[in-house]
Amino acid sequence: MSVTTPVPPPDYTPDTTDDERSAAPPPSGEVGEGRAGWFVRIAIVIVVLVWIIPAAGVLVTSFRDADAANTTGWWTVLGNPFNGEWTLENYRQALDAGGFQDAFLNSLAVAIPATIMPITIAAFAAYAFSWMDFRGRHVMFVLVVGLMVVPLQMALIPILRLYVGGAEIGGLRVFPDLDLNGTFLGVWLAHTGFGLPLATYLLRNYIGSLPSSIIESAKIDGADHFTIFWRLIVPLSVPALAAFAIFQFLWVWNDLLVAYVFLGGTRDSRVVTIALANLVGSRGQDWHLLTSAAFITMSLPLAVFFSLQRYFVRGLTAGSVKG
Amino acid sequence: VTQTIEEPDTDTGLDGSGPPVESSPTPLAIVVRVAAAVAVPVAAFVVLTASLDLLRDQQANRLMIAGLAILIGVGGVFALFWAADTFVSWLPRRIRQSVRPYVFVGPALVVLAVFLIYPVINTVLISLKDAQSQDWVGLDNYEFVFTDTSMLRSIRNTAGWIVIVPLVAVTIGLVFATLADRLRRGEAVAKSLIFLPMAISFVGAAVTFRLIYGYRPEGFGSNVGLLNGIWMGLGNDPVAWLSQKPWNNLLLMVIMIWMQTGFAMVVLSAAIKAIPDEIIEAARIDGASELQVFRRITVPSILPTIVVVTTYMVINALKVFDIVFVVGNAENNGTEVIAERMIRWFFLSNHDGRGAAIAVVLFVAVIPVMFWNVRRFREQELTR
Repeated sequence: MSVTTPVPPPDYTPDTTDDERSAAPPPSGEVGEGRAGWFVRIAIVIVVLVWIIPAAGVLVTSFRDADAANTTGWWTVLGNPFNGEWTLENYRQALDAGGFQDAFLNSLAVAIPATIMPITIAAFAAYAFSWMDFRGRHVMFVLVVGLMVVPLQMALIPILRLYVGGAEIGGLRVFPDLDLNGTFLGVWLAHTGFGLPLATYLLRNYIGSLPSSIIESAKIDGADHFTIFWRLIVPLSVPALAAFAIFQFLWVWNDLLVAYVFLGGTRDSRVVTIALANLVGSRGQDWHLLTSAAFITMSLPLAVFFSLQRYFVRGLTAGSVKG
Repeated sequence: VTQTIEEPDTDTGLDGSGPPVESSPTPLAIVVRVAAAVAVPVAAFVVLTASLDLLRDQQANRLMIAGLAILIGVGGVFALFWAADTFVSWLPRRIRQSVRPYVFVGPALVVLAVFLIYPVINTVLISLKDAQSQDWVGLDNYEFVFTDTSMLRSIRNTAGWIVIVPLVAVTIGLVFATLADRLRRGEAVAKSLIFLPMAISFVGAAVTFRLIYGYRPEGFGSNVGLLNGIWMGLGNDPVAWLSQKPWNNLLLMVIMIWMQTGFAMVVLSAAIKAIPDEIIEAARIDGASELQVFRRITVPSILPTIVVVTTYMVINALKVFDIVFVVGNAENNGTEVIAERMIRWFFLSNHDGRGAAIAVVLFVAVIPVMFWNVRRFREQELTR
């Protein structure tokens, strides 16, 4: 992903059924377009089944009562689906006693700003890199993109030090002790830093490819840079912004490491991934609880993913495919 | 070369014909402007700090805190840009022109300097110090990384991850994309279902697969794991799958393959659809079998995409941490990986130097992959 170009593929969407290609299906067995023999269909069905079985197991188990979930395999339900073992109790228990209600709110409080912040900062920077003239423009851009090589793991320790005690060089305080550890702001900033190189790179390519004529004419109309950016560039860049937003949101929501390091695992501050990891450690054999908690964790990303899949796929495939 | 725009001359009349209105402002006006320019960001900062203090209050209602946090986080970042831009607008014009670009790129550069550049330098320094980062110990920590049995095992395992996961995921993704491309209907549904695990966290996936690999020894309840269900159905005794060295590594890799194949499949599918129909049609008319079309036309045509996808997966596999960490007991099961070791040494064993040294090794391992990727990408741009 790190070296994609911004060219949005012409009109690829994941859910086109490719009608024009298969308009005239040839008789089966004949070599031609748009046919899928039985072998192909069966192969696809098998792969799809294999792929959804793990998730199906979680979903089914999460609605079975504790006793049933822990004594019989979830697949036994398939033979006898109406045996009255279904329940919502697991979800109630996970949300209240398991603390997943608070964790869910914490995750929202982490993920939404940690999505908006890097996008905003990156979009402003991308605009400047594309449409403003200043010394060091190219060097700075190369530097930003080059930082994509830094693995997240490498940044954790020094940033934690920075949060806890600030930084000094030869007795001179260069970074104040802001006591950011365990705060939302600390996590937001960390995610912003880690997401920024890719965001700037993708947005710079997109914003830089917008036609200069519209920006020139806005300038002639007396608009300043801020107005041009806010009124013109942002609305025009919605596809690129949306694609990155979904990517970043899923990333932050699903992240365990950054939240674990900077927000910690206390009951008050933990996010859903940490709550789930803790549950694995403390009640790893209580399948009814584990699965309902897992499903709570997955519910929002799955919803986001399915409602915005089109943008997400467009963002992922942008440029890695020659249009 | 991108065209740039000059700072718009907002002080001239809108018709652009008149001379600049701002001929020579009085010193007092400048002072007032600068004062106002300073006041706005300071006020913005004070308000932000005060509200952030409220967020530290652990007793308050979570819903309120979460709502407030979202408001501050989202509004705050925009407010800062707006305040800075307003500040610049009040500066004398000559300065304004040269300062404004830095208002736009400045925050990005500051964040990157603090969160990426500084950490790289700092981690390298910590890796040369002892457990408490007090005294210099030279290369001792690196010696540990390359001699400790558990560390060596983690390096070997990671090597397995970066080969097997991309290979299997890209192969399945490619074959599936090719086959699904021929479906007349249901292609979108089939692809969505394969793609679905992309949206799930590694932790969620680890839990999902516990339900498959689950094992309970005799007398500790019945086995509800799917794999043991099948295994026992075949008349065998239940097996503790995740303790079977070295195959348990493969079982963990399956989790990542399950998650990442959808990504490979979607990207490759888009590339396959971009191959001109005429080429494939011509090959078929010439009597090429489907397998030949796949090997001689499809694969070579989308090779650049395969490379990009594979690189992305290699880097992901190199940094894998959550799956191994959540499944747990890595040391006993022999499933350690580099990133997991780093977290363990730094946060659980409290040896800063070793943790940092492992991080540096990881960083050095990523560089060639990225370098190769960037070079290929530039070649691609040149031939375009």
